[in-house]
Amino acid sequence: MPISRLLSLESWKRWLWTFIRLTLIAGLSFVILYPILQKISTAIKDKTDLYSPIVVWIPKHYTLENFMNAIRIMDYWETLLNTFTLSATTTILTAVSCALAGYGFARLKFKGSNLFFAGVILTILVPPTTILIPIYLNLKDFTLMGLIPLIAGKPVNLLNSYWPFILTSLTANSLKAGLYIFIFRQFFRGIPKEVEEAAYIDGAGVGTTFTRIMLPNAVPAIITTTLFSFVWQWNDSFFTTTYLTSSKVMSTQLSSLPYNLAIQLAGGDTSKADPFYMSMVQDTGILLAILPLIIIYLFVQRYFVESIERTGIVG
Amino acid sequence: MKSLTKLGMKQRTYAEQKALWGFVYVLPWLLGFIFFFFIPLLSSLRYSFSTIKANAEGLTITFAGWTNYLEALTVDTSFNRTLTEAIVNMVVNVPLIVIFSLFLAVLLNQKFFGRSVARSIFFLPVILASGIIMTLESTSLIQAVNEQNAGSGGVMNAFASFELAKMMLQAGVNETIVLYLTGAVDRIYQIVSQSGVQILIFLAGIQTISPQLYEASKMEGATGYEAFWKITFPMVSPLILVNMIYTIIDSFSRNALTDLIRDTGFVKFNFGLSSAMAWIYFLAIAVILLISSYFVSRKVFYHE
Repeated sequence: MPISRLLSLESWKRWLWTFIRLTLIAGLSFVILYPILQKISTAIKDKTDLYSPIVVWIPKHYTLENFMNAIRIMDYWETLLNTFTLSATTTILTAVSCALAGYGFARLKFKGSNLFFAGVILTILVPPTTILIPIYLNLKDFTLMGLIPLIAGKPVNLLNSYWPFILTSLTANSLKAGLYIFIFRQFFRGIPKEVEEAAYIDGAGVGTTFTRIMLPNAVPAIITTTLFSFVWQWNDSFFTTTYLTSSKVMSTQLSSLPYNLAIQLAGGDTSKADPFYMSMVQDTGILLAILPLIIIYLFVQRYFVESIERTGIVG
Repeated sequence: MKSLTKLGMKQRTYAEQKALWGFVYVLPWLLGFIFFFFIPLLSSLRYSFSTIKANAEGLTITFAGWTNYLEALTVDTSFNRTLTEAIVNMVVNVPLIVIFSLFLAVLLNQKFFGRSVARSIFFLPVILASGIIMTLESTSLIQAVNEQNAGSGGVMNAFASFELAKMMLQAGVNETIVLYLTGAVDRIYQIVSQSGVQILIFLAGIQTISPQLYEASKMEGATGYEAFWKITFPMVSPLILVNMIYTIIDSFSRNALTDLIRDTGFVKFNFGLSSAMAWIYFLAIAVILLISSYFVSRKVFYHE
């Protein structure tokens, strides 16, 4: 009996499918991990191994020199601290303001709230380049409807500070904030109304209901949005290179890394520098920049993968 | 003013109270929307129709009609080409990414050994493939050289799709389709790295389908293939629309056109031309979004 079952067409089909699936998933995982592995292997390689034809993956001479160089040129620790402060601040502010707006749109309907929600969708759809220049000019001479010149005498220049990020995230209009509002709204709509009504009957106000009942239930949505917002802020080069021209943040440091490398390693003469070696240090720099993210992801991914399934982006 | 007097005058009803709080909750967003989105959007529209000169007193804006648009479309050397490239890329990539991520989501939803590891690897691109890292990676010399090196993966890949192409051509498949598919195989990293969020969304959607449907269909003798097309596909079809829109939006941050618009604005300081380019781009995107969502939403299956 077991043998006949083993030989049946059904079981062959199942085994074949399992095999194909395994190959596909292993192959694609390799495609995804390949650049990271490549970078790790490059980063621990010595300069001499770079031209050695026998070294492909595992280096012959290990060295930490690349890391030293990259850390020195990128001013790594200061940059790390700056980036972390910036990303954490915007993440927290964005999560709070988007959760508020999402709840407002989901449950506290008022006249015109649907119209405003169409506005949220519009902010998702309009490419950020379209409004970049007016925002830039606005922040360069920031007046807050003419209030600041009254007090300080002249408009303030907010560029090159964290204020643009703080202001936009405080008002739920930072990078991709429309998406977070959408996620929160969908999620809050998925929580049964009865839960909320029970709280009202027990005498809780809107604020108490929100903080004590709705927010604890919205942990999946909160994890998703905070992770997205942290990571995207960390990697964002579009707004950071526009608003922060001289501050040391990871993405500006990375984008000026090739240039700095040429100066530091070849004494300013780009033509003298060995491009292959520069690329090596640049790879190390990228690795250093994404390392904190990977560490965070390792800790959060379990909750993340679980929570996204309950986030209600779907609903 | 009216609402303020009403506030003090009488006890508000439950619904009124909620509406008031709703407005308060949405207020931060509304302020941001007005100051950091709506007014800039309008001024960008105004800039696109005017010549802007920066001088000691600030900006002088003079109305110039359609000049900027005409300049962008007829005078500027690279705008037309970059715009077409961006749009063609989008049209080519969006279907690939959506189909690929649906396929992977179905795959990752099945039970197999090491599923959680596979899932966390597949969501890794959500973190890694965004912004500056992506741009720098494409210029990494070492990676390029290694891919060219004989014996490493790059050449093997090219060979594989070459053989595949020959086989398909001999079997009589249309050449355009063959080129499209082999192109997709060669760009697999690009596609995988752009479909992290889409896989997440599809996976979440598949998990909400009730298992009874599959059980019932199995009773009736449906194969896995039929179950996919008759149950999974219609049930996640609203998400195809969502993912399509997300993929289009996602491509904003990483194309050459964005760089061109920025350079025109901040390197050449031609704010008017830059705004005009940005508006042409926005309109092109809007048209694509409208057309595609019109066609897709006709096929979408909703419960209601």
